[in-house]
Amino acid sequence: MNTFAAIIDSASVVVCCGPGGVGKTTTSAAIGIDAARRGRRVVVVTIDPARRLADALGLPGGLTGEPQRLPSEPQAGEGEGDGEVWAMMLDTPAMFERIVRRYAATADQANRIVANRFYRNMSGALSGTQEYMASEALHELHDDERFDLVIVDTPPSRNALDFLEAPGVLTRFLDHPVFKLLMMPTRTGFKVLSVATQPLLRAIGRVVGSDVLADAVAFFQAFAGMEAGFRQRAETVTRLLHDDNTKFVLVASPNHETIDEAMWFAKQLKQQGFDFAATIVNRVHPRFGDGTSADAIKRALTAGNRGDDALASIWQNLAELRAIANSERQQLTPLIERLGAGVVVEVPLLSTDVHDQQALSLLATHLFAVS
Amino acid sequence: MSNLKPLTELTASNLVIVVGKGGVGKTTVTAVLARAAADSGLRVLAIELDGKSTLAELIPDIPVRHISAADSLEEYLFEHGFKRIAKRLAKTGVIDVISTAAPGIDDLVVLGKIKQLERSGEWDLIIVDGPAAGHAVTFLTSASGLLDAVRSGPIRTQAEEVLAMLTAPERCKVVLVTLPETTPVNELLELAAAVGQRVGVSCSVVVVNQVDVGRSLPDPDEIAFGRASVGVADAIAAARFRRARQAIQRDELTRLTDALAIDQLHLERVGSARLRSQDIVRLAHGLLDQETGA
Repeated sequence: MNTFAAIIDSASVVVCCGPGGVGKTTTSAAIGIDAARRGRRVVVVTIDPARRLADALGLPGGLTGEPQRLPSEPQAGEGEGDGEVWAMMLDTPAMFERIVRRYAATADQANRIVANRFYRNMSGALSGTQEYMASEALHELHDDERFDLVIVDTPPSRNALDFLEAPGVLTRFLDHPVFKLLMMPTRTGFKVLSVATQPLLRAIGRVVGSDVLADAVAFFQAFAGMEAGFRQRAETVTRLLHDDNTKFVLVASPNHETIDEAMWFAKQLKQQGFDFAATIVNRVHPRFGDGTSADAIKRALTAGNRGDDALASIWQNLAELRAIANSERQQLTPLIERLGAGVVVEVPLLSTDVHDQQALSLLATHLFAVS
Repeated sequence: MSNLKPLTELTASNLVIVVGKGGVGKTTVTAVLARAAADSGLRVLAIELDGKSTLAELIPDIPVRHISAADSLEEYLFEHGFKRIAKRLAKTGVIDVISTAAPGIDDLVVLGKIKQLERSGEWDLIIVDGPAAGHAVTFLTSASGLLDAVRSGPIRTQAEEVLAMLTAPERCKVVLVTLPETTPVNELLELAAAVGQRVGVSCSVVVVNQVDVGRSLPDPDEIAFGRASVGVADAIAAARFRRARQAIQRDELTRLTDALAIDQLHLERVGSARLRSQDIVRLAHGLLDQETGA
């Protein structure tokens, strides 16, 4: 067993993070499939997965907001073999509504909130809401008896840190002075009308329109009394993210920009005390032996001089691919040095695109290869 | 509609917005288009929205402006009755409040700022490195969405003006970026459908980034390697690998062409994991040569 497998085996939550387009979703699925092969009961939460991934997982109907068990079980591997893989897609509005209903004092209060237009905007468009709900889903699934490993594929954020700050996003929102102002009337018995006479709110009303402002005021009046529950929940989720068995896996690809971003993110994770356990570098060009690019060019020239263009092109190709691999290596070196003793797993660019279960298994083989 | 000079047609409009999923190389494409336009004699301004500033390094002599939602909203508030308290409001995060009350307003003020630059007459072409990830559609639909939600006032006027810019093909064009691989092509097709149906903006060109333009390799199993033995297995494996990747590329380009009747521009894959400004020059001139050759 290699160190990466040991990390996954000791984890109860794995958070896959990293820049967009590096293969986070595919990697999450591959980690899940392999963990199940070693006997874990896994649920993978993905964010808006590409259609083909659902197909690859054997769920042609697509993923839903509820966990579904994959029909084709991974083959039993080392020993246990009674693992399971479940997959679900994050349904942000449904998740948000569930939480509102949990903390509402009455069904009527919950109904008033979910029918409110400001609430609808918030559950769909408040920046950070998707991350917030992903962290909530993580917590719910962690408590779910059916699973002993939760793998979360984080949303492609505008800001990579959104997920780490996600649990507090709503309470921070509620702490905002403007909202405090909006919530005041219910406490002191004022009416909506008097809110609208506040100069600040009047000004906001001029920008967004008075009916939009009235929606916001109605939302905060309906929400009053629920803040404490939300605050407590945020603390619980934050604790889970800092738990010893919660591991952060950073996914990157071997080009300058994403490596830069990955190094920055790794630093943030460490500074904030998260257990940053491993880095996966996806789609690294294979090296094709330990010869140099120059060797291959020499062979190409010799063949070319003999007039054997076909052979020359074969050697030329080897030279080109080695040059790409070297260039990627150059970009990767600072990352590997910076991470010191940290686990770095390189997954080669495969000669097929990963969109079926066979390819996913192949990917898993590379991830968990004994090194 | 096939166009013999997609690049010329593209750069003839005032504003080009480059969109695509994460990792496909939006910033590279923005830089290459800016370079090609600037080297054709146009006064070009490149705009980056959120995220890191990498454009300046790729196109060192072309002006690059950073436009953030926070700054634009602050500016907007300042100009619309908030005056001096605008700064304090922006600092305390009032943007979240306002943009939740009226979703899309943060995007709209950014587009409003871009429109202001477009109207200034200072630039022949403004190229925007579009918003990251799945944010492109909400960014482009912000104006039409707000028109439905807001009945009157300055926001409505702003939304009307932005929408007029976005939907006028002679003023604004959208460039979609993808890679010649399965998942990026799927995502591009989804994005193209969403942009066309929900935004009503004209998607004028698809740029396929990182295209392997190398000629097709012979089957290594049919090659006589002569007396050579060292490295032969590596050369065979490398040829098989390249052929397999090229086959994927061919299939995906065919699928893209069949599914989407939009002109394609291809950017050659650069054999380096870190792009530099000279790579951008080479790619841009490659595009210009393609066009003059056509």
